[in-house]
Amino acid sequence: MTPHTAGRDRSRGDAGAHLAAAHAGKGQTALVRIAIFSLRHPWQASAAILATIIASVLQLLIPRLLGHAVDQAQGILAVGAPGAEQALFWSAMTLLTVSVARGVFTLIQNYFSESVGHHVGYELRLAFYDKVQKLSYSYHDKIHTGDLITVGLLDLDGVRMFFATGLIRVVLLSVLIGVGAYMLLTTDLLLGLLALSFVPFVAWRSSVAQLTLRATWIVLQQKLSGLTRVMEENLGGIRVVRAFSGQKFELDKFDAASREALALSHDRVDIRVRNTSAMTLSFFAAMGLVLWFGGLKVIAGEMSVGTLASFLTFMTILQMPVRQLGLMVNSFARASICGDRLFAFFDEPLAIDDAPGATDLVVTEGTLRFEDVHFTYPGATHATLDGVSFEARAGQTIGIVGAPGAGKSTLAHLIPRFYDIDSGRITIDGQDVSKVTLQSLRRAVAVVQQDSFLFTTTIENNIAYGDPWSKETKIEKAAESAQLHNYIMGLPAGYDTVVGERGISLSGGQRQRLSIARSLVLKPAVMVFDDSTAAIDAGTEHRIRSAIRRYAKDRVTLVISHRLSSLLHADTILFLENGKIVEQGTHEALLAKGGRYRALYDLQTRPAEDIDIGSAAQ
Amino acid sequence: MTSIQDDDRDVAAFPGQRPPRASVGSHRIEEEIFGKAYDPKTVRRIWAFVRPYRLRIYLSVAAVLVFTATQLAIPLIIGRAIDSGMTQGGNSTNLLWAVAAFAVAVILNFGASFVQETEVGKVAEHVLFDMRRAMFAQLQRVSLSFMDKTEVGRLMSRLQGDVNSMQEFLETSVISVGDMVLLVGIVVVLLTLDFRLGLLTLSTMPILFVVRIFWLPPAKRAFWAAHETNSITAGAMAEGINGVRTVQNLDRQKVNFDLFDDKAYANLRTQLTGSRYAQVMVPIVDSLTGIAMAIVVVVGGSLVLNGSLEIGVIVAFLFYIQRFFDPIRSLTMQYSIMQRAMTSGRRITEVLDIPTSITDKPDAISLTRDMDGSVEFRNVNFAYDPDRPVLRNVSFKVQPGETVALVGPTGSGKTSAMALVHRFYEVQSGAVLVGGHDVRDVTQESLGEQVAMVLQEAFLFTGSVFDNIRYNKTSATREDVIAAATAVGAHEFISRLPQGYDTILEQRGSNLSVGQRQLLSFARALVADAKILVLDEATANIDSYTERQIQKALLILLKGRTGMVIAHRLATIRGADRIIVLQNGELIETGNHDQLMAQGGLYAKLYNMNYASFDDIPDELVAQVNARAAST
Ligand SMILES: Nc1ncnc2c1ncn2[C@@H]1O[C@H](COP(=O)(O)OP(=O)(O)OP(=O)(O)O)[C@@H](O)[C@H]1O
Ligand SMILES: Nc1ncnc2c1ncn2[C@@H]1O[C@H](COP(=O)(O)OP(=O)(O)OP(=O)(O)O)[C@@H](O)[C@H]1O
Ligand SMILES: [Mg+2]
Ligand SMILES: [Mg+2]
Repeated sequence: MTPHTAGRDRSRGDAGAHLAAAHAGKGQTALVRIAIFSLRHPWQASAAILATIIASVLQLLIPRLLGHAVDQAQGILAVGAPGAEQALFWSAMTLLTVSVARGVFTLIQNYFSESVGHHVGYELRLAFYDKVQKLSYSYHDKIHTGDLITVGLLDLDGVRMFFATGLIRVVLLSVLIGVGAYMLLTTDLLLGLLALSFVPFVAWRSSVAQLTLRATWIVLQQKLSGLTRVMEENLGGIRVVRAFSGQKFELDKFDAASREALALSHDRVDIRVRNTSAMTLSFFAAMGLVLWFGGLKVIAGEMSVGTLASFLTFMTILQMPVRQLGLMVNSFARASICGDRLFAFFDEPLAIDDAPGATDLVVTEGTLRFEDVHFTYPGATHATLDGVSFEARAGQTIGIVGAPGAGKSTLAHLIPRFYDIDSGRITIDGQDVSKVTLQSLRRAVAVVQQDSFLFTTTIENNIAYGDPWSKETKIEKAAESAQLHNYIMGLPAGYDTVVGERGISLSGGQRQRLSIARSLVLKPAVMVFDDSTAAIDAGTEHRIRSAIRRYAKDRVTLVISHRLSSLLHADTILFLENGKIVEQGTHEALLAKGGRYRALYDLQTRPAEDIDIGSAAQ
Repeated sequence: MTSIQDDDRDVAAFPGQRPPRASVGSHRIEEEIFGKAYDPKTVRRIWAFVRPYRLRIYLSVAAVLVFTATQLAIPLIIGRAIDSGMTQGGNSTNLLWAVAAFAVAVILNFGASFVQETEVGKVAEHVLFDMRRAMFAQLQRVSLSFMDKTEVGRLMSRLQGDVNSMQEFLETSVISVGDMVLLVGIVVVLLTLDFRLGLLTLSTMPILFVVRIFWLPPAKRAFWAAHETNSITAGAMAEGINGVRTVQNLDRQKVNFDLFDDKAYANLRTQLTGSRYAQVMVPIVDSLTGIAMAIVVVVGGSLVLNGSLEIGVIVAFLFYIQRFFDPIRSLTMQYSIMQRAMTSGRRITEVLDIPTSITDKPDAISLTRDMDGSVEFRNVNFAYDPDRPVLRNVSFKVQPGETVALVGPTGSGKTSAMALVHRFYEVQSGAVLVGGHDVRDVTQESLGEQVAMVLQEAFLFTGSVFDNIRYNKTSATREDVIAAATAVGAHEFISRLPQGYDTILEQRGSNLSVGQRQLLSFARALVADAKILVLDEATANIDSYTERQIQKALLILLKGRTGMVIAHRLATIRGADRIIVLQNGELIETGNHDQLMAQGGLYAKLYNMNYASFDDIPDELVAQVNARAAST
């Protein structure tokens, strides 16, 4: 494998700048913020706007020229003037030139407005990705991944396309209608007013429609994301569904969610159609009026046929934009909803971020200290950690035991600052973890998580996930220590075997060992194994443990486990209960103490007897 | 101290390079995204979904035809109005007739477009939901071996993206019928208005076709690339969201951002190229419009001079020419929608056609509650991949009411064996019998009702604690749910949650501890009230004390039921009547605890290790422990 290079000469996408731009205009409405963001490409945006103006003026010129040509022909017919053919030829040439020019400017308009959209899309994507990676666990805890993906894909698209489908159309329509109005009104005031009589109606309709569309859309989106959730969780939890024969139940859930969404989609169709039909009808009504009164004027000799023809041509040209008005209304409604959600995401404050003036963590001794740490999850009614204090020095192993929900994983998650504590202090070599840079902190702490997430890629890439520069030998060594190497070598593709989502083609223990190997590749100062051998048999665990003793020499190791034999060699064992350390000491000391730990131990070693931990804890 | 200093996670050593062992997203290239625009087989399959609504489709096609006719008629009426007496001092009755005709045309136009858009819009939504449901229902039936290999994201993109492009296609296809008719209509009108002039005008058309021949192949490629890079970027983004905790944990943000940037940037480039190809047709079509109009003015004008043509005809011609290129433009656009729809259609039919290798036999019997609850493996051979056997000739029988434990090193095939009891997969040879019936002879639904499982990986749904425990046993009452939660020792912590049993769990239960999730999934299996209970590491993430409580409760609950327990912590299985030891997919020992200990085989070895009293602990550690004990 050769490292691939960036291979091109450009400044890297600067997420910071894009993110800052996305923040700009906070407090404004979504549409304004989209406009601000789009105008970060002033050249392309101006080119698009300029081209739009020119193209629409040219568009308006065409009926003029046509009218002129018709008049000319009529005049020629009347007088039979010489050189008539030449005059016609020149009109034709002008017509041709104007058409070609209109085409070219339309191209410029479309290309640059799409280009602005694509650039905006690119920048928003980078900013989005960056923000996703920066938002803390507590944010991700409360957001369903499906909803976040919707924001990053669909909402972002709605915002990205707003320049081309919304803003440019506004320019186009204003120029067409504005210049057109001027031309018409100066040609013939009454007829001009008649020709434009549909404009106020259309303006009123479209603002009403935008509001109702928006309202329907918001509800529809909620229903659709409910539906997405049903489908996604069904597929993700397919084994549970199968194990309980829940197929019918799931289909019912699907149908319920689907039916609501379908009804709303129908409402949306109704609103849209009613709106566009009403607008088209009003337009044609104006055209009929022009025909009637214009015809009368011609008959009365107040107007030439050519002028009337150009009036009518002008109106046909407007027919398309009027239809597009419907789309524009759609685009506005969509952009404002999508923008609301996307910018709400961007405005989300970073709960965990480098403190101002944060310096890199400097590990010298490698001592980890908890000092009276209190922590409560947002929305929880009870404290999760309630005054936890302990100290661990490099080379030491700390064992942690406790019932489910005692707060063991939470304690582990506080060290790399996945959450911020409410009070107290956590320090590494005297440096408060909340005052050092996140990057240096997280490189110094590795947590083997309790529920291991594997990426859909090769085993090798999964092991090297934290250090993708690591050499093959290092990867193999980590796999060997995790007692996984032999298994991998037995696979047809060896280290190049692709493991599936959440490692589905591995057994439970193999998955855990892969995630252990992933952390062994790193060289952190603090290493946490969060119940990471629960699905591994004692024999294999024993071998893993002896192998990693080598790694543990100059660092702090925290081992959370329900299997007490895993903790035997720990220097200190902490017994957590409801967020408090209720017993603390070596295995022997705790045994001698005869408290809760002793009771647990007896349960595991003397299965036949009945031991009551409650009374043991006196 | 060294830890950070010898950290070789050093980007600076490889300036400007991407790390060798890193990727984001897992995209497999889909070939032929822009394949044929028409594929009869796919169309037939899609039609099956449209068929139930065919009357509404016919209605809207009729409406489209009326709409098109009025579109054609309106310029004609205007031309007529101008010709017939719209001269100074002409007759206003003619004008009145013309305006009346115009009004009729407009009203028809309005009605037709209203009917057409409403009907098509709604039918397209119906078809979209129907297709999605058909796929979803199919995915409920396909075998797990297929699901194991397929990422959720890929299936989701079929359930969402592909059905959406089918919807778009349906909406536009009815309109393109109108466009086609409009095109033909305009040609006919032009030719009847004046044959020579009409022919001359139409002679510009071949130019367009020639241009298209050169344009199409590179344009197709550009659109394909744009589509492809777009879904690659989307996939990478989804992965970044799903794995965000691990990413932060392993400090991969920078690397991932750069890799993502590469993909997003590639997408930007291909999108821009795609835009260029799409837009270059605009001036070409416009120039042709210009040429056609010029021809009409010059040639038509001289015909007028000859007196062989009326002016009104020229006006009408100019009108039609402008209208003529609209349908061409939108048909060009529809062509690519159609291509995309064909591809989506093919991918949808692919899902619908996944073989459901595990189906009920026509004469399958239904397992009832009064079956005896025995489980038997008869010479079972099983593999996920034919070359790597997972279970080899495994035979054992669990008597009704017995509790049997399955132990063995990791990867030895315990979970796989239990999956066979539920017929998640088919055996290669041999048979699995439940209640005396081969699992292949009973309905899957009744099998599922009689076998409840606690899976190794706890999975919870977004929703309340109550709904999660009850799951599809809708007959269970609140008391049943609370009883089950109490039995597994979860009642206490549930009561402490902000809304008790009505607390909403976030995705996969992420607001609970892992052990708590496991307890809920345990409670769910109890509520199912099945004859056979399979516990796959059901207490692996639970402390021994809680486990002990559960065991006590189970003693009562499981009376008369069959239990199969997998555990690594051997204390978990002490209550078992019999123990089966698996190694490398082979059954190597069976018997009760004392018998196995006496045999001194693998079980005895594992058992001793677990209790590490601990003969095989390395001497150095023993020395260490002793030294410490001495010092305290
Ligand atoms: N869905 C799958 N597709 C392909 N191979 C699989 C799949 N599930 C498991 N395997 C493989 O089959 C073998 C047996 O796995 P199984 O999950 O049955 O082991 P286990 O005994 O339950 O192990 P553990 O104690 O680690 O959970 C392993 O080598 C595993 O990699
Ligand atoms: N993201 C979260 N949001 C809200 N509450 C949480 C969250 N994660 C955990 N909790 C709650 O905090 C408490 C402590 O959880 P923690 O995961 O630390 O337990 P644990 O000791 O690791 O348990 P286990 O042995 O089951 O892994 C539990 O009551 C749990 O319900
Ligand atoms: Mg935990
Ligand atoms: Mg298993």
